[in-house]
Amino acid sequence: MYWAGFKALISHWRRHKVQLAGLILGLMLATAFWTGVQAINAQARQSYAQAASLMGQDQLAQIVAIDGQNFPQEEYIALRRAGWQVSPILQGRWRHQDSYVNVMGIDPVTAPPVGPTGLGQMSELVSFITPPGVGMAASQTVARLAGVPGLPALQVSPDVVGGLVLTDIGIAQDLLGAEHQITRLIVVTPGTTPLPEGLRMRPAAQDSELTRLTDSFHLNLTAFGFLSFAVGLLIVHSAVGLGFEQRRVLFRTLRALGLPLRALVVLLLSEVAVIALCAGVFGVVLGYGLAAVLLPDVAATLSGLYGAPVSGGLSLSPVWWLGGIAVALLGALAAAGQSLWRLVRLPVLAPAQPRAWARASARSLWWQFGAACVLMVAALGLAVWGQGLSAGFMTLAALLLGAALVLPGFLYAVTGAAQRLSRGVGAQWFWADTRQQLPGMSLALMALTLALAANIGVGTMVGSFRLVFTGWLDQRLASELYISARTKEEAAHLRSWLQGKVDATLPIWGVEVPLDGVQTQIYGMQDHATYRDHWPILKGDADLWDRLAKGDSTLINEQFARRTGLEPGQTVTLPKGHQLRIVAVYSDYGNPQQQMIIANDLLTDLYPQVSRLRYALRVPPDRVAALADALINEFGLPPAHVSQQDQIKAYSTEVFERTFSVTAALNVLTLGVAAMAILLSLLTLSIIRLPQLAPVWAVGLTRQQLAVLELLRALALAGFSTVLALPVGLLLGWVLLAVVNVAAFGWQLPMTVFPTDWVRLGGLALLAAAVAAAWPAWRLASMSPARLVGVFAHER
Amino acid sequence: MLLSVNNVTKSYAEGAQRTEILRGVDLSLEAGQAIALTGESGSGKSTLLHLCAGLDQPDSGQISIQGQQIAGLKDSARAALRRSRIGLVFQQFNLIPSLKVADNIAFQARLAGRWQADWAAHLAQTLGLEAHLQKYPEQLSGGQQQRVAIGRALAARPALILADEPTGNLDEDASDKVLALLLELVRDTGAGLLMVTHSQRLAARLGAQQHLSSGVVA
Ligand SMILES: Nc1ncnc2c1ncn2[C@@H]1O[C@H](COP(=O)(O)OP(=O)(O)OP(=O)(O)O)[C@@H](O)[C@H]1O
Ligand SMILES: [Mg+2]
Repeated sequence: MYWAGFKALISHWRRHKVQLAGLILGLMLATAFWTGVQAINAQARQSYAQAASLMGQDQLAQIVAIDGQNFPQEEYIALRRAGWQVSPILQGRWRHQDSYVNVMGIDPVTAPPVGPTGLGQMSELVSFITPPGVGMAASQTVARLAGVPGLPALQVSPDVVGGLVLTDIGIAQDLLGAEHQITRLIVVTPGTTPLPEGLRMRPAAQDSELTRLTDSFHLNLTAFGFLSFAVGLLIVHSAVGLGFEQRRVLFRTLRALGLPLRALVVLLLSEVAVIALCAGVFGVVLGYGLAAVLLPDVAATLSGLYGAPVSGGLSLSPVWWLGGIAVALLGALAAAGQSLWRLVRLPVLAPAQPRAWARASARSLWWQFGAACVLMVAALGLAVWGQGLSAGFMTLAALLLGAALVLPGFLYAVTGAAQRLSRGVGAQWFWADTRQQLPGMSLALMALTLALAANIGVGTMVGSFRLVFTGWLDQRLASELYISARTKEEAAHLRSWLQGKVDATLPIWGVEVPLDGVQTQIYGMQDHATYRDHWPILKGDADLWDRLAKGDSTLINEQFARRTGLEPGQTVTLPKGHQLRIVAVYSDYGNPQQQMIIANDLLTDLYPQVSRLRYALRVPPDRVAALADALINEFGLPPAHVSQQDQIKAYSTEVFERTFSVTAALNVLTLGVAAMAILLSLLTLSIIRLPQLAPVWAVGLTRQQLAVLELLRALALAGFSTVLALPVGLLLGWVLLAVVNVAAFGWQLPMTVFPTDWVRLGGLALLAAAVAAAWPAWRLASMSPARLVGVFAHER
Repeated sequence: MLLSVNNVTKSYAEGAQRTEILRGVDLSLEAGQAIALTGESGSGKSTLLHLCAGLDQPDSGQISIQGQQIAGLKDSARAALRRSRIGLVFQQFNLIPSLKVADNIAFQARLAGRWQADWAAHLAQTLGLEAHLQKYPEQLSGGQQQRVAIGRALAARPALILADEPTGNLDEDASDKVLALLLELVRDTGAGLLMVTHSQRLAARLGAQQHLSSGVVA
């Protein structure tokens, strides 16, 4: 009985191959999006853990300079003499034209015994430390850097995280132009003497800071993965729903013939499970591919934004593969749930009429609309009163879900109004018929609306960000040249060398201190027109610069202000009890840390040990290149220590663009999936639509006219969906800018709207709908009349 | 000559084999004439009606309406012919599910630009549909749906009425009313009526009878 029933049920799919393909494709895409994003996140987390454990950094305390900069190697020698067992590390970014890599220099002799294996033999040790040296890197990093000149010979080591070259510290100092410099010291056994001024102890495992910093990025990615997953599931839901709807008669017959309802449900469940398993396997493979394609950009973003090394190659565990298939299975069951539920409650002699379906859906429109209203109100409440990142994402979810649920009712109302307003009978039928297609189309249209809203929202955010960011860069990087000396002596020499060659030499000195348990950068600022004219102040007193120069006031960055709720007029207390009045808040995009600015003299008073190596130079624009050249060739600064303003800007902009290229890619993919959803529902609808179209043809419309109407219908529905997506997308953009960004990064951006983008997106949506409708319409236009007549000949 | 059918053949492929349904049918119908078409179930009556309406092409032979060969017409011309000159009552009604009864009745007439409010009202009244005009087809019984289908076919006052068992689902009383309505139209507008029926009682009330069997009309 079971087998006969199963065969009868499954035979449906043989006759509806397109629908089956849609089901599998939807499930596959949903799985792929989900697992792909998970793969990226898992890979990144694995890289962080690997980076943190390299050289035992996650277990051992470290000594760093209080300003976070490199410090002279003499300090290391002094500490060792004083009995500290420490091992030096130099870290930096090495660049040759378009190739770049993080370089980490270590001292193999003093390194703790938890380092990478492979240096056991003396001969290897010797070749490691003697120039040209050996660089150890992950295999894909070795492959990526093959043929790039200037690096030591590279050797594959499985212990080194991707994107990093591990080499001897002497070689690294050469590569990075950081002679006699080190970044930090790993403390194997602490000495008894106090640390010298200017250095501080950093406890072990503080590198999990990387995880904290990158969390919001990963959450963002997860949110997008989830959105695409949901869009994919919508396809599955509609395909399963239609498959059930079309088999109502069959279900009825099977049950009339004596198949128990429970058996029917079991059979349908196993049918869904079989399909989900097949789709899941393909989906996981596709997800792997997606992750592999996107990972390089993600890696570049993470390294550019947070200095987090992320391997560009994927290595995934069996758990991940199984997890992906489980997601496909659960997703399919979730998507089939409603249909199964309806089946269970269906009386044996239920009518199998298309209008009945439409009317049942019309009834469910009301509770959908109600739910949508509740969600919208919830979204509003969350946006206004919610706290933190998860509230932000819940706002987004409520907003999107609400919009999706409101769509059918919206379309129902719009088509109804259109039907009332239209004069011609053809037009009236067109709208009435469009209305009848809504239950079958609404899920695909929801997918389109969600994709469009996400596109508009993210587009608004990125666009606003870009606009603000470039302006902000101009303000922030007002000086023409940024240089850093290697030692105090060099700095002093440099200052005198620069006399008369520049308009101004502005120090960039700072320390990093814990303030209420949060690492805070404190920078000194010399009173100068450069800052008075350009610094990106968000809000502050009119006389803030005079007050800052007086030494009793401070400027804090937006992150600081938002985290602590401090406002201009209130005071901040420094660790040594010094009280400062806040006179302004400035924007500080891209900085993961909180920061405050005080008068430079106050900084040197409070922290006499502050390293005084970095300077901003004001030079007339036409002399910048010549001066940079002279600094390198005459004065002898390493090229890496001389940066021109436009280079830094170009680099920052690149990091910025990279950051959003992944979201942009996911966005486009989501839109593509939505177009696919439309195509699939049109194809499946076209099968059950024939009896609805044939009479219209019989009483006097040509097949071509009907085909054109089908095309217009898809365009109209896509157009209305776009109309709804626009306000939703703008709301989404606002939430992203005003809630999520603030929670994730600590800064808010003014929202700018880009109507030309909307026009482009609307065009894209119409194009997608037209492309999706083209094939079904063409099939209708070229359908043989015999098939249409067949509709009249056969009992329905 | 309103409708003339000349030596028309039609076959359907069933797998590899073709079944001949019509094997040289001849038939003619004058304006103002009413013919009953009888024949066993499966003899091809519906097939012939569909061919006359230009819904399908005969394998050979000619069909002309008011002297115009259907075979030579383009798709659009054929559609125009259907909407403005032919009233077709399907055996299975084939109403438009998305439109209310009133709109279903008006549909073809308005497509053809020949809708008249008083005539539509008269049809609804005679067909006993006044109470149902604002309902959807699926809310009606089979007989009520059939009457809507008849109303739709007659609303445009077509020159040629092709009715496929228009009274199949109706009781005797309603059948008589419907037939009276059809004949009223034939009389008043000079339309031609070709009506498939299984009922000898009704067939006898029409001017002529044709019997379809073994693929030919006798
Ligand atoms: N589209 C089609 N494809 C294949 N065979 C068909 C098709 N339409 C009709 N037939 C066959 O043609 C024959 C005649 O069908 P038709 O519907 O014309 O009969 P009918 O005389 O109207 O019968 P009834 O009185 O039962 O309505 C039948 O055997 C039927 O199976
Ligand atoms: Mg028939």
